[in-house]
Amino acid sequence: MIVRIMGEGQVKLDDVHFTELNELDDDLLREVESGDEAGFRRTLSTLLDAVRRLGTPLPDDALEPSELILPADEATLEEVRELLGDDGLIPG
Amino acid sequence: MSGVMKRMGMIFRAKANKALDRAEDPRETLDYSYQKQLELLQKVRRGVADVATSRKRLELQLNQLQQQSSKLEDQGRKALALGREDLAREALSRRAALQQQVTDLETQHTTLQGEEEKLTLAAQRLQAKVDAFRTKKETIKATYTAAQAQTRIGEAFSGISEEMGDVGLAIQRAEDKTAQLQARAGAIDELLASGALDDPSGMAKDDIQAELDRLSGGTDVELELQRMKAELAGGSSQQAIEGGTGQGQSQQQPQDTPRFDKQ
Repeated sequence: MIVRIMGEGQVKLDDVHFTELNELDDDLLREVESGDEAGFRRTLSTLLDAVRRLGTPLPDDALEPSELILPADEATLEEVRELLGDDGLIPG
Repeated sequence: MSGVMKRMGMIFRAKANKALDRAEDPRETLDYSYQKQLELLQKVRRGVADVATSRKRLELQLNQLQQQSSKLEDQGRKALALGREDLAREALSRRAALQQQVTDLETQHTTLQGEEEKLTLAAQRLQAKVDAFRTKKETIKATYTAAQAQTRIGEAFSGISEEMGDVGLAIQRAEDKTAQLQARAGAIDELLASGALDDPSGMAKDDIQAELDRLSGGTDVELELQRMKAELAGGSSQQAIEGGTGQGQSQQQPQDTPRFDKQ
C-alpha cells in the first residue's frame, strides 16, 4: 500500500505492516478525539518513524493515489482535527 | 473504528472523486486540472519568494540591533571611564533589553529558514508531479475511450489532487508564519526608529514576572559593570576618552556629561 506523509511525500509499504500501523492509527484517533496533546505527539512521532523505517520512498514524479495519509510531523492536534473535519484545511 | 490516516485518505479521495464526477468529459477535467496545477506551482514559487524576503528582512534587523547593542556597550564603557556609573548602568540596561530582542529574532529566523526549505522542497516535488501529469494526460487523451480511460484518469487525478492539497497546506502554513513575522518585523522597525526598547511582542507580563525579569536583568548589568571596572583598573592607560580625564571614578563632572544620541 502507499502512504503519504504530508509535506514529505509518499512511501510504499508492504501490507504485512498494516496491522502494526493500524493499532497506532487507532490510538492516534483516540488521542485526537480526547484532546490528549502529549499522547498525540508521541503516537504521531512513533507512527511516522515506523512508516519511514518500513517504507520505500516513491519517486517525486509518481502519480499514485495514497491509501493512507498521515499529517506532517509538526502538525498540531487542532490542525489534525480540522483535517478530519473534511473542510477548512484541505483545498478543493 | 477507522484511524486518522485511513480517514484522511478517504477524505482526500472523496474530494478527488467529487471533482471528477462533476466533469462531463474526463479529458476536459484533465486539461482543467493541469491549468490549476500550473497556477498552484506559481503560487508556491511566490510563497517561497515571500518567505525569503521576510527572512532577509529579519537578517537586516538583526544586524541593526547588533550594531545598536555594540554602540550601547561603547557608551557604557565611556560613561564609566568618565565616572558616570549611572549612565553606564542605563546604557547596559538598554543593551540587555536589545539582546533579548536579538535572541527572539534569531529564533524567528531559524523558524523561517525551516519553512523556506520545506516550501522549496514542496515546489520541486510538485514540479516533478506536474510534469508527469502532463505526459500522462496527453497519453490518456490520445488513447481515449471512455471505459478504459476512466480508471487511469481517476488514478492520475487522485495522485495529483493529493499532492496539490498537501502543497496547498504547506503554503497556507508558510503564509500564516510569514504574516505573523511581518507584523513582528513592523514592530521591531518602529522600535528601532524610536529608540524605545519596550517589548514589541505585545505579550503582557504579570507583575511577578516583571519583577523577576528586572532582578535577573539587574544582575547581568551589575556583572557587566564589575567586568568593565576590572578592565579599566587593569588597563586605564589604554582608554582615550574625548574630554575625559580618565581618573577618579566616583568624581562627578557635570560639565563633561556625555549625552546619548536620540535616534
